[in-house]
Amino acid sequence: MCLAVPGKVVEWLDPDPLFATAVVEFGGIRRTVSLACVPESRIGDYVLVHAGVAICQVDEEEAARVLATLEDLEDHLGDGDEVRR
Amino acid sequence: MKYVDEFRDAAKCRPLIEKIQQTVTTPRTIMEVCGGQTHGLLAHGIDEALRDCVRLLHGPGCPVCVTPAQIIDHAIQIAAQPDVIITSFGDMLRVPGNGESLLECRAAGGDVRMVYSPLDAVRLAQQEPDRQVVFLAVGFETTLPATALAVRQASQLMLTNFSLLVSHVRVQPAMELIMQEPGCLVEGFLAAGHVCAVSGYQSYRPFVERYRVPVVVTGFEPADLLTGILECVELIERQTPDVVNRYERSVRESGNSAAMALVREVYEECDQEWRGIGTIAQGGYQLREAYRDLNASLRFPIQDLSQQFFDVAASPCRAGDVLTGRIRPSECEHFGTTCTPHNPLGAPMVSTEGACAAYYRYAPPVSKTESPLP
Ligand code: SF4
Repeated sequence: MCLAVPGKVVEWLDPDPLFATAVVEFGGIRRTVSLACVPESRIGDYVLVHAGVAICQVDEEEAARVLATLEDLEDHLGDGDEVRR
Repeated sequence: MKYVDEFRDAAKCRPLIEKIQQTVTTPRTIMEVCGGQTHGLLAHGIDEALRDCVRLLHGPGCPVCVTPAQIIDHAIQIAAQPDVIITSFGDMLRVPGNGESLLECRAAGGDVRMVYSPLDAVRLAQQEPDRQVVFLAVGFETTLPATALAVRQASQLMLTNFSLLVSHVRVQPAMELIMQEPGCLVEGFLAAGHVCAVSGYQSYRPFVERYRVPVVVTGFEPADLLTGILECVELIERQTPDVVNRYERSVRESGNSAAMALVREVYEECDQEWRGIGTIAQGGYQLREAYRDLNASLRFPIQDLSQQFFDVAASPCRAGDVLTGRIRPSECEHFGTTCTPHNPLGAPMVSTEGACAAYYRYAPPVSKTESPLP
Protein backbone atom coordinates (compact mmCIF):
# COMPACT_ATOMS: atom_id res chain seq x y z
CA MET A 1 0.00 0.00 0.00
CA CYS A 2 2.80 2.38 0.87
CA LEU A 3 4.62 1.61 -2.35
CA ALA A 4 5.98 4.75 -3.98
CA VAL A 5 7.96 4.82 -7.20
CA PRO A 6 10.59 7.36 -8.27
CA GLY A 7 10.00 9.04 -11.61
CA LYS A 8 11.35 11.96 -13.61
CA VAL A 9 9.27 15.06 -14.31
CA VAL A 10 9.32 15.50 -18.09
CA GLU A 11 6.56 18.02 -18.78
CA TRP A 12 4.41 20.33 -16.70
CA LEU A 13 0.75 20.25 -17.78
CA ASP A 14 -1.15 22.42 -15.30
CA PRO A 15 0.34 24.91 -12.84
CA ASP A 16 -2.88 25.38 -10.81
CA PRO A 17 -1.98 24.74 -7.13
CA LEU A 18 -4.81 22.28 -6.49
CA PHE A 19 -4.82 20.61 -9.91
CA ALA A 20 -1.08 20.76 -10.55
CA THR A 21 -0.15 17.97 -12.94
CA ALA A 22 2.87 16.88 -14.92
CA VAL A 23 3.96 14.01 -17.08
CA VAL A 24 6.31 11.80 -15.07
CA GLU A 25 8.41 9.05 -16.58
CA PHE A 26 9.08 5.75 -14.81
CA GLY A 27 11.72 3.72 -16.64
CA GLY A 28 10.21 4.56 -20.01
CA ILE A 29 6.55 4.56 -18.99
CA ARG A 30 4.84 7.95 -18.84
CA ARG A 31 1.98 8.85 -16.55
CA THR A 32 0.13 11.98 -15.55
CA VAL A 33 0.84 12.70 -11.89
CA SER A 34 -0.33 15.33 -9.43
CA LEU A 35 2.46 17.63 -8.29
CA ALA A 36 0.23 19.51 -5.84
CA CYS A 37 2.47 18.43 -2.95
CA VAL A 38 5.77 19.23 -4.72
CA PRO A 39 4.92 22.45 -6.60
CA GLU A 40 8.57 23.51 -6.68
CA SER A 41 9.52 20.60 -8.97
CA ARG A 42 11.16 21.37 -12.28
CA ILE A 43 11.59 19.38 -15.43
CA GLY A 44 14.33 16.80 -14.87
CA ASP A 45 13.68 16.51 -11.13
CA TYR A 46 12.87 13.14 -9.63
CA VAL A 47 9.76 12.74 -7.49
CA LEU A 48 8.40 9.82 -5.49
CA VAL A 49 4.88 8.94 -6.63
CA HIS A 50 2.22 7.13 -4.61
CA ALA A 51 -1.41 6.67 -5.69
CA GLY A 52 -1.06 9.18 -8.51
CA VAL A 53 0.38 11.91 -6.29
CA ALA A 54 4.03 12.92 -5.91
CA ILE A 55 4.65 12.82 -2.15
CA CYS A 56 8.20 14.21 -2.11
CA GLN A 57 11.18 15.09 -4.24
CA VAL A 58 14.12 12.73 -4.50
CA ASP A 59 17.24 14.55 -3.34
CA GLU A 60 19.81 13.65 -5.99
CA GLU A 61 22.80 14.83 -3.96
CA GLU A 62 21.80 12.71 -0.98
CA ALA A 63 21.26 9.71 -3.26
CA ALA A 64 24.72 10.17 -4.81
CA ARG A 65 26.33 10.56 -1.39
CA VAL A 66 24.74 7.37 -0.04
CA LEU A 67 25.65 5.43 -3.18
CA ALA A 68 29.26 6.58 -2.85
CA THR A 69 29.32 5.36 0.77
CA LEU A 70 27.94 2.00 -0.32
CA GLU A 71 30.54 1.73 -3.05
CA ASP A 72 33.28 2.48 -0.52
CA LEU A 73 32.03 -0.33 1.63
CA GLU A 74 32.00 -2.60 -1.42
CA ASP A 75 35.63 -1.71 -2.22
CA HIS A 76 36.59 -2.34 1.37
CA LEU A 77 35.05 -5.76 1.28
CA GLY A 78 36.90 -6.36 -2.00
CA ASP A 79 40.18 -5.56 -0.21
CA GLY A 80 39.25 -7.83 2.66
CA ASP A 81 38.68 -10.69 0.23
CA GLU A 82 42.07 -10.09 -1.36
CA VAL A 83 43.77 -10.30 2.00
CA ARG A 84 41.98 -13.48 2.99
CA ARG A 85 42.80 -15.10 -0.32
CA MET B 1 14.91 2.37 -13.11
CA LYS B 2 16.93 5.17 -11.58
CA TYR B 3 16.91 5.22 -7.73
CA VAL B 4 15.65 1.64 -7.73
CA ASP B 5 18.22 -0.50 -9.55
CA GLU B 6 21.27 0.98 -7.80
CA PHE B 7 19.75 0.18 -4.42
CA ARG B 8 18.92 -3.37 -5.50
CA ASP B 9 22.45 -4.23 -6.53
CA ALA B 10 23.62 -7.39 -4.76
CA ALA B 11 27.25 -6.17 -4.77
CA LYS B 12 26.19 -3.29 -2.52
CA CYS B 13 24.23 -5.57 -0.21
CA ARG B 14 26.90 -8.14 0.58
CA PRO B 15 29.19 -5.80 2.55
CA LEU B 16 26.20 -4.49 4.48
CA ILE B 17 25.23 -8.01 5.50
CA GLU B 18 28.80 -8.69 6.56
CA LYS B 19 28.92 -5.49 8.60
CA ILE B 20 25.67 -6.30 10.36
CA GLN B 21 27.05 -9.74 11.24
CA GLN B 22 30.20 -8.14 12.64
CA THR B 23 28.27 -5.55 14.64
CA VAL B 24 25.91 -7.72 16.63
CA THR B 25 27.24 -9.31 19.81
CA THR B 26 24.06 -11.34 20.31
CA PRO B 27 20.98 -11.83 18.08
CA ARG B 28 18.91 -8.63 18.02
CA THR B 29 15.17 -8.24 17.52
CA ILE B 30 14.02 -5.52 15.17
CA MET B 31 10.53 -4.73 13.95
CA GLU B 32 9.83 -3.30 10.52
CA VAL B 33 6.53 -1.52 10.68
CA CYS B 34 5.59 -1.31 7.03
CA GLY B 35 4.07 -4.19 5.06
CA GLY B 36 5.97 -3.07 1.96
CA GLN B 37 9.21 -3.54 3.86
CA THR B 38 8.09 -6.97 5.10
CA HIS B 39 7.68 -7.99 1.48
CA GLY B 40 11.02 -6.49 0.47
CA LEU B 41 12.83 -8.31 3.29
CA LEU B 42 11.33 -11.66 2.35
CA ALA B 43 11.41 -11.24 -1.43
CA HIS B 44 15.14 -10.51 -1.39
CA GLY B 45 15.93 -13.14 1.22
CA ILE B 46 17.26 -10.61 3.73
CA ASP B 47 15.55 -12.32 6.66
CA GLU B 48 17.31 -15.56 5.71
CA ALA B 49 20.68 -13.91 5.15
CA LEU B 50 20.55 -12.37 8.63
CA ARG B 51 18.98 -15.37 10.25
CA ASP B 52 21.72 -15.88 12.85
CA CYS B 53 22.12 -12.29 13.94
CA VAL B 54 18.88 -10.34 13.47
CA ARG B 55 15.38 -11.54 14.19
CA LEU B 56 12.94 -9.51 12.13
CA LEU B 57 9.48 -9.10 13.59
CA HIS B 58 6.81 -7.91 11.22
CA GLY B 59 4.64 -5.04 12.36
CA PRO B 60 1.07 -3.90 11.76
CA GLY B 61 1.85 -1.83 8.67
CA CYS B 62 -0.55 -3.34 6.16
CA PRO B 63 -3.44 -0.87 5.99
CA VAL B 64 -5.60 -3.32 4.09
CA CYS B 65 -5.15 -5.92 6.85
CA VAL B 66 -6.19 -3.55 9.64
CA THR B 67 -9.20 -1.98 7.91
CA PRO B 68 -12.20 -3.02 10.03
CA ALA B 69 -14.52 -5.62 8.52
CA GLN B 70 -17.46 -3.33 9.25
CA ILE B 71 -16.13 -0.69 6.87
CA ILE B 72 -16.01 -3.26 4.07
CA ASP B 73 -19.54 -4.38 5.00
CA HIS B 74 -20.62 -0.75 4.90
CA ALA B 75 -19.06 -0.25 1.45
CA ILE B 76 -20.87 -3.38 0.21
CA GLN B 77 -24.13 -2.04 1.60
CA ILE B 78 -23.59 1.24 -0.23
CA ALA B 79 -22.77 -0.63 -3.45
CA ALA B 80 -26.15 -2.35 -3.22
CA GLN B 81 -27.95 0.98 -3.61
CA PRO B 82 -28.96 2.10 -7.11
CA ASP B 83 -26.70 4.43 -9.11
CA VAL B 84 -23.70 4.10 -6.87
CA ILE B 85 -20.13 3.30 -7.91
CA ILE B 86 -17.72 2.12 -5.20
CA THR B 87 -14.05 2.69 -5.90
CA SER B 88 -10.89 1.77 -4.03
CA PHE B 89 -7.36 0.42 -4.42
CA GLY B 90 -7.17 -3.08 -5.91
CA ASP B 91 -5.96 -4.77 -2.74
CA MET B 92 -8.83 -3.40 -0.73
CA LEU B 93 -11.38 -5.00 -3.02
CA ARG B 94 -10.17 -8.53 -2.33
CA VAL B 95 -10.41 -8.53 1.47
CA PRO B 96 -13.63 -9.94 2.88
CA GLY B 97 -15.64 -8.07 5.48
CA ASN B 98 -17.71 -10.13 7.89
CA GLY B 99 -19.24 -11.79 4.85
CA GLU B 100 -18.13 -11.15 1.30
CA SER B 101 -15.49 -8.94 -0.29
CA LEU B 102 -16.10 -6.01 -2.63
CA LEU B 103 -14.93 -8.17 -5.56
CA GLU B 104 -17.55 -10.75 -4.70
CA CYS B 105 -20.06 -7.94 -4.44
CA ARG B 106 -19.06 -6.90 -7.98
CA ALA B 107 -19.51 -10.45 -9.24
CA ALA B 108 -23.01 -10.30 -7.78
CA GLY B 109 -23.76 -7.17 -9.81
CA GLY B 110 -22.47 -4.27 -7.68
CA ASP B 111 -20.62 -1.50 -9.51
CA VAL B 112 -17.25 -1.79 -7.83
CA ARG B 113 -14.19 -0.39 -9.58
CA MET B 114 -10.50 -0.49 -8.89
CA VAL B 115 -8.69 2.82 -9.22
CA TYR B 116 -5.00 3.57 -9.14
CA SER B 117 -5.50 6.98 -7.51
CA PRO B 118 -8.30 8.66 -5.55
CA LEU B 119 -7.98 11.46 -8.11
CA ASP B 120 -9.23 8.98 -10.73
CA ALA B 121 -12.34 8.54 -8.60
CA VAL B 122 -12.87 12.31 -8.68
CA ARG B 123 -12.61 12.26 -12.48
CA LEU B 124 -15.07 9.38 -12.62
CA ALA B 125 -17.54 11.47 -10.60
CA GLN B 126 -17.12 14.29 -13.13
CA GLN B 127 -17.81 11.87 -15.99
CA GLU B 128 -20.82 10.26 -14.31
CA PRO B 129 -22.83 13.19 -12.92
CA ASP B 130 -25.97 11.09 -12.47
CA ARG B 131 -24.32 8.55 -10.23
CA GLN B 132 -22.77 8.70 -6.77
CA VAL B 133 -19.08 7.84 -6.67
CA VAL B 134 -17.72 6.68 -3.31
CA PHE B 135 -14.00 6.17 -2.67
CA LEU B 136 -13.07 3.79 0.14
CA ALA B 137 -10.09 5.66 1.59
CA VAL B 138 -7.61 3.47 3.45
CA GLY B 139 -3.91 3.78 4.12
CA PHE B 140 -1.27 5.29 6.35
CA GLU B 141 0.22 8.78 6.19
CA THR B 142 1.72 7.91 2.80
CA THR B 143 -1.74 7.81 1.24
CA LEU B 144 -3.28 10.73 3.14
CA PRO B 145 -2.09 13.48 0.77
CA ALA B 146 -3.70 11.72 -2.20
CA THR B 147 -7.10 11.29 -0.55
CA ALA B 148 -6.97 14.77 1.00
CA LEU B 149 -6.27 16.16 -2.46
CA ALA B 150 -9.26 14.26 -3.84
CA VAL B 151 -11.44 15.88 -1.17
CA ARG B 152 -10.09 19.36 -1.93
CA GLN B 153 -10.51 18.89 -5.69
CA ALA B 154 -14.07 17.56 -5.37
CA SER B 155 -14.98 20.41 -3.10
CA GLN B 156 -13.43 23.00 -5.44
CA LEU B 157 -15.30 21.42 -8.39
CA MET B 158 -18.48 21.51 -6.25
CA LEU B 159 -19.13 17.86 -7.03
CA THR B 160 -22.25 16.70 -5.20
CA ASN B 161 -21.84 13.09 -6.33
CA PHE B 162 -18.46 12.32 -4.76
CA SER B 163 -17.78 11.16 -1.23
CA LEU B 164 -15.21 9.31 0.84
CA LEU B 165 -15.65 6.35 3.18
CA VAL B 166 -12.64 7.00 5.41
CA SER B 167 -10.66 4.41 7.33
CA HIS B 168 -7.19 5.96 7.50
CA VAL B 169 -4.73 4.82 10.14
CA ARG B 170 -1.72 6.36 11.91
CA VAL B 171 1.50 4.42 12.36
CA GLN B 172 2.91 5.78 15.60
CA PRO B 173 0.06 4.93 18.01
CA ALA B 174 0.33 1.31 16.83
CA MET B 175 4.06 1.32 17.62
CA GLU B 176 3.25 2.64 21.11
CA LEU B 177 0.77 -0.18 21.59
CA ILE B 178 3.43 -2.74 20.65
CA MET B 179 5.94 -1.23 23.10
CA GLN B 180 3.35 -1.34 25.88
CA GLU B 181 2.75 -5.08 25.43
CA PRO B 182 4.05 -7.07 28.39
CA GLY B 183 7.09 -9.07 27.30
CA CYS B 184 7.63 -6.97 24.18
CA LEU B 185 10.76 -8.24 22.42
CA VAL B 186 11.36 -5.30 20.10
CA GLU B 187 14.79 -3.70 20.57
CA GLY B 188 14.55 -1.29 17.65
CA PHE B 189 12.24 -0.15 14.87
CA LEU B 190 12.64 0.43 11.17
CA ALA B 191 10.27 3.34 10.57
CA ALA B 192 8.29 3.29 7.33
CA GLY B 193 10.17 5.48 4.87
CA HIS B 194 7.25 6.65 2.79
CA VAL B 195 5.17 7.53 5.83
CA CYS B 196 8.10 9.68 6.99
CA ALA B 197 8.47 11.24 3.52
CA VAL B 198 5.07 12.79 4.21
CA SER B 199 5.02 13.39 7.96
CA GLY B 200 8.74 13.57 8.83
CA TYR B 201 10.30 11.95 11.87
CA GLN B 202 10.37 14.61 14.58
CA SER B 203 7.43 12.97 16.33
CA TYR B 204 9.56 9.88 17.02
CA ARG B 205 11.83 11.79 19.41
CA PRO B 206 9.44 11.66 22.40
CA PHE B 207 8.73 8.03 21.49
CA VAL B 208 12.43 7.16 21.66
CA GLU B 209 12.84 9.09 24.91
CA ARG B 210 9.95 7.22 26.43
CA TYR B 211 10.64 3.66 25.32
CA ARG B 212 14.43 3.81 24.95
CA VAL B 213 14.47 1.99 21.59
CA PRO B 214 16.06 3.34 18.41
CA VAL B 215 13.92 4.28 15.42
CA VAL B 216 15.62 4.27 12.02
CA VAL B 217 13.81 5.78 9.04
CA THR B 218 14.32 3.16 6.32
CA GLY B 219 13.67 2.81 2.59
CA PHE B 220 12.43 -0.15 0.60
CA GLU B 221 15.14 -1.47 -1.69
CA PRO B 222 17.51 -4.17 -0.39
CA ALA B 223 20.45 -1.78 0.18
CA ASP B 224 18.07 0.66 1.93
CA LEU B 225 16.68 -2.07 4.19
CA LEU B 226 20.15 -3.34 5.07
CA THR B 227 21.44 0.18 5.73
CA GLY B 228 18.50 0.75 8.08
CA ILE B 229 19.09 -2.56 9.87
CA LEU B 230 22.84 -1.83 10.22
CA GLU B 231 22.15 1.59 11.75
CA CYS B 232 19.57 0.06 14.07
CA VAL B 233 21.85 -2.71 15.38
CA GLU B 234 24.67 -0.19 15.86
CA LEU B 235 22.38 1.98 17.99
CA ILE B 236 21.22 -1.07 19.96
CA GLU B 237 24.77 -2.27 20.54
CA ARG B 238 25.94 1.17 21.66
CA GLN B 239 22.84 1.52 23.85
CA THR B 240 22.21 4.95 22.39
CA PRO B 241 18.57 5.00 21.36
CA ASP B 242 18.01 7.75 18.84
CA VAL B 243 16.02 8.67 15.76
CA VAL B 244 18.17 8.39 12.64
CA ASN B 245 17.22 8.98 9.02
CA ARG B 246 18.71 6.40 6.64
CA TYR B 247 16.40 7.18 3.76
CA GLU B 248 18.04 10.50 3.14
CA ARG B 249 17.16 10.84 -0.52
CA SER B 250 13.41 10.91 0.18
CA VAL B 251 12.88 11.95 3.77
CA ARG B 252 13.41 15.36 5.43
CA GLU B 253 13.13 15.81 9.17
CA SER B 254 9.85 17.73 9.01
CA GLY B 255 8.47 15.71 6.09
CA ASN B 256 6.68 17.44 3.23
CA SER B 257 5.09 20.61 4.56
CA ALA B 258 2.84 21.16 1.53
CA ALA B 259 1.49 17.62 1.85
CA MET B 260 0.99 17.92 5.61
CA ALA B 261 -0.82 21.26 5.24
CA LEU B 262 -3.23 19.58 2.85
CA VAL B 263 -3.73 16.64 5.23
CA ARG B 264 -4.36 18.89 8.24
CA GLU B 265 -6.83 20.99 6.27
CA VAL B 266 -8.95 17.92 5.50
CA TYR B 267 -8.41 15.46 8.36
CA GLU B 268 -8.22 15.34 12.14
CA GLU B 269 -6.98 12.55 14.39
CA CYS B 270 -9.51 10.19 15.95
CA ASP B 271 -9.70 6.92 17.85
CA GLN B 272 -9.76 4.12 15.34
CA GLU B 273 -10.68 0.46 15.25
CA TRP B 274 -7.89 -1.73 13.84
CA ARG B 275 -8.96 -5.11 12.53
CA GLY B 276 -7.45 -7.91 14.63
CA ILE B 277 -6.06 -5.46 17.18
CA GLY B 278 -8.94 -3.40 18.59
CA THR B 279 -9.46 0.30 19.14
CA ILE B 280 -6.27 2.39 19.17
CA ALA B 281 -6.47 5.81 20.81
CA GLN B 282 -5.73 8.48 18.20
CA GLY B 283 -4.97 5.62 15.84
CA GLY B 284 -6.68 7.09 12.80
CA TYR B 285 -7.96 10.06 10.88
CA GLN B 286 -11.45 11.30 10.12
CA LEU B 287 -12.76 14.05 7.86
CA ARG B 288 -13.07 17.42 9.52
CA GLU B 289 -16.51 18.87 10.10
CA ALA B 290 -15.96 21.33 7.23
CA TYR B 291 -15.98 18.38 4.83
CA ARG B 292 -18.98 16.53 6.24
CA ASP B 293 -20.74 16.85 2.89
CA LEU B 294 -18.11 14.56 1.43
CA ASN B 295 -18.41 11.99 4.20
CA ALA B 296 -19.93 8.81 2.75
CA SER B 297 -20.71 7.38 6.18
CA LEU B 298 -23.11 10.33 6.72
CA ARG B 299 -24.45 10.33 3.16
CA PHE B 300 -25.15 6.59 3.28
CA PRO B 301 -25.84 5.80 6.94
CA ILE B 302 -25.14 2.21 7.89
CA GLN B 303 -28.12 -0.16 8.08
CA ASP B 304 -28.32 -2.82 10.71
CA LEU B 305 -25.49 -5.25 10.06
CA SER B 306 -26.06 -7.36 13.13
CA GLN B 307 -27.17 -10.58 11.44
CA GLN B 308 -24.09 -10.53 9.28
CA PHE B 309 -21.62 -10.38 12.15
CA PHE B 310 -19.33 -13.29 12.63
CA ASP B 311 -18.37 -14.27 16.10
CA VAL B 312 -14.89 -12.73 16.11
CA ALA B 313 -13.75 -14.84 19.08
CA ALA B 314 -14.68 -17.96 17.12
CA SER B 315 -12.53 -16.97 14.14
CA PRO B 316 -9.44 -19.19 14.02
CA CYS B 317 -7.31 -16.45 12.43
CA ARG B 318 -4.44 -15.16 14.55
CA ALA B 319 -4.09 -11.87 12.69
CA GLY B 320 -3.84 -9.90 15.93
CA ASP B 321 -0.82 -11.94 17.06
CA VAL B 322 0.80 -11.64 13.63
CA LEU B 323 0.18 -7.89 13.31
CA THR B 324 1.73 -7.11 16.68
CA GLY B 325 4.75 -9.38 16.12
CA ARG B 326 3.76 -11.84 18.87
CA ILE B 327 4.04 -14.70 16.41
CA ARG B 328 5.44 -15.11 12.93
CA PRO B 329 2.92 -16.12 10.27
CA SER B 330 4.52 -19.55 10.00
CA GLU B 331 3.73 -20.17 13.67
CA CYS B 332 0.01 -19.88 13.07
CA GLU B 333 -1.37 -23.42 13.06
CA HIS B 334 -3.46 -22.65 9.96
CA PHE B 335 -0.63 -21.23 7.92
CA GLY B 336 -0.17 -22.99 4.60
CA THR B 337 -2.62 -25.73 5.50
CA THR B 338 -6.15 -24.49 6.09
CA CYS B 339 -5.11 -20.91 5.30
CA THR B 340 -3.59 -20.10 1.90
CA PRO B 341 -3.96 -17.18 -0.52
CA HIS B 342 -6.55 -19.22 -2.42
CA ASN B 343 -8.48 -20.03 0.69
CA PRO B 344 -7.58 -17.34 3.23
CA LEU B 345 -8.86 -17.30 6.79
CA GLY B 346 -7.76 -13.75 7.49
CA ALA B 347 -6.82 -10.42 5.91
CA PRO B 348 -3.00 -10.86 6.30
CA MET B 349 -3.21 -13.81 3.88
CA VAL B 350 -5.38 -11.91 1.37
CA SER B 351 -3.64 -8.59 1.09
CA THR B 352 -0.54 -8.68 -1.11
CA GLU B 353 1.20 -6.72 1.65
CA GLY B 354 0.04 -8.95 4.46
CA ALA B 355 2.78 -10.73 6.39
CA CYS B 356 1.08 -14.13 5.98
CA ALA B 357 0.89 -13.70 2.20
CA ALA B 358 4.57 -12.67 2.16
CA TYR B 359 5.59 -15.77 4.09
CA TYR B 360 3.49 -17.98 1.88
CA ARG B 361 4.99 -16.51 -1.24
CA TYR B 362 8.64 -16.21 -0.29
CA ALA B 363 9.58 -18.18 2.79
CA PRO B 364 11.29 -21.48 2.02
CA PRO B 365 9.43 -24.54 3.32
CA VAL B 366 11.92 -24.96 6.16
CA SER B 367 10.87 -21.64 7.71
CA LYS B 368 7.33 -22.84 7.87
CA THR B 369 8.28 -25.24 10.63
CA GLU B 370 10.91 -23.13 12.34
CA SER B 371 11.02 -23.01 16.10
CA PRO B 372 8.86 -20.38 17.78
CA LEU B 373 10.33 -17.19 19.16
CA PRO B 374 11.61 -17.50 22.73
S1 SF4 C 1 -1.96 -17.72 8.49
FE1 SF4 C 1 -4.13 -17.27 8.01
S2 SF4 C 1 -5.23 -17.81 9.88
FE2 SF4 C 1 -3.08 -17.63 10.45
S3 SF4 C 1 -2.87 -15.47 11.10
FE3 SF4 C 1 -2.33 -15.53 8.92
S4 SF4 C 1 -4.25 -15.01 7.88
FE4 SF4 C 1 -4.83 -15.58 9.99
